[in-house]
Amino acid sequence: MAELADNAEAAGAVGPGENGRLSRVLPPARVPDLAAHQRRYGPGGLRGRALTDETERSGLTGRGGAAYPMARKIQAVRERAGLRGSVVIANGMESEPASAKDASLLALAPHLVLDGIALAAEAAGARSAYLCVRRPAQADALAAAVAERTGYDPVAVELALVPERYVASAESSLVRYLNGGPALPAFTPPRPFERGVRGRPTLVSNVETLANLALISRHGAGWFRSVGTASAPGTALVTVSGAVRRPGVHEVAFGTPVRDVLALAGDTGEPGGVQAVLAGGFFGSWLPGGTALDTPAAPDALRSAGASFGAGIFLVLPAWGCGLAETARVVRYLAGQSAGQCGPCLNGLPAIADALEQVAFGGPGGSGSRRGGSGRDGPKGRRGQDGALRWLRELCGLVDGRGACHLPDGVARLTASTLRVFADHLPAHAAGTCLAARSRPAFPVPSGPREPGRAR
Amino acid sequence: MSTRLRVNPLLCSAHGVCAELLPELISLDPWGYPILAPGPVPPELAPLARRAVTACPALALLLVKTD
Repeated sequence: MAELADNAEAAGAVGPGENGRLSRVLPPARVPDLAAHQRRYGPGGLRGRALTDETERSGLTGRGGAAYPMARKIQAVRERAGLRGSVVIANGMESEPASAKDASLLALAPHLVLDGIALAAEAAGARSAYLCVRRPAQADALAAAVAERTGYDPVAVELALVPERYVASAESSLVRYLNGGPALPAFTPPRPFERGVRGRPTLVSNVETLANLALISRHGAGWFRSVGTASAPGTALVTVSGAVRRPGVHEVAFGTPVRDVLALAGDTGEPGGVQAVLAGGFFGSWLPGGTALDTPAAPDALRSAGASFGAGIFLVLPAWGCGLAETARVVRYLAGQSAGQCGPCLNGLPAIADALEQVAFGGPGGSGSRRGGSGRDGPKGRRGQDGALRWLRELCGLVDGRGACHLPDGVARLTASTLRVFADHLPAHAAGTCLAARSRPAFPVPSGPREPGRAR
Repeated sequence: MSTRLRVNPLLCSAHGVCAELLPELISLDPWGYPILAPGPVPPELAPLARRAVTACPALALLLVKTD
């Protein structure tokens, strides 16, 4: 442990400091090459079994959204590795449109992620390792960093440029893609840690999690836990956007009040302040404005507040915006992102988007849904807002948990949270008097494919 | 040891045979896809559940062991 403490001291650049901002995994400027990386972060420390044990003590959880304990993941793969070894996949896909933290990390500190991949591979008994990204420019930049490390790592990292799609970042999608299939979710079990790439037990981990692993190797669990909360130790990268002055990526200690996270992005410059925050992004839930903004930014605290931390996404809705209208646009996008593999998702998501559009834009007794092709599911008596709301709630129950991946669950959760947090706004929408619903969108929503494509 | 029903949603193509054969545990959603009753398969229904699994034309219905 003495060695770890020395390293922590030596690495003065890593930790609180630098303009008073926290900077552990995310450096303030690009670390250009391997030599600069070694100067900034210092030499490697714990490896293998010792690193797994230290990671367990650190309480590091996955930063891709599910917050699963990293040490348990490594152990599960390690104990199945056998004579033929396991596989490590670094997930840098970041398919969530409102997230930019993985791209920022890979651009600024590629070698920290590559260190983490090498350490995870050794600890999990891996014979091969992949780094999955979705932008060609990212892959080019990372290829240069990987080339610098020839002979440096026990396992060579192979870059994989994966086709862009919302559900392509699911672990089972990456495994399926690396096995020569489409980058679409697979039916589980077997889960990737049981049977993944080429049938080998496969560790899939977010790139920010791996960067943290590289720091735990150097500085140990005590250092790691010196910021954050007891249940959510360490830092997290957050992407703050929507109605804020300076949208961007920041590193915060877990447990920082959401209000202070928004302040890092210059708060909202809009009159009336923050109406609500979509926490966790398109796969998240709404956190109302006001006192709820004092909620600590951590998975457990946000879950208790009815929202989620997810991959650290905070989308700010200004007072002039309409939460129902924003969600309707997001859900329409997500419906278009269905891989079309599972019936309840293929049929249910466009129907949810239709019903939500009717609630948000339809007006009194309106026949709101003109888009979407789910004509044959016409339930009786969905005229008017009451009918649309009943149908919407029924639909959410019908899709939840019925897909191969969690896309339908996410849409159901987001829709339910919208109806809960913006319940007061429903009468104005029923009367057709919500002017905000007709204002410009507050959130950028990509124009994805309208019609879900059949995958088979 | 008990068993529970699962459907592989990637394979299921809404034939609806399962709901015909095992209405006690399987109903259909508005699009014809099966909705399974939660929990273990009651022992007295186990033979009917096995028949429904065998009859699924898409091989999408499964009986899995639960501990």
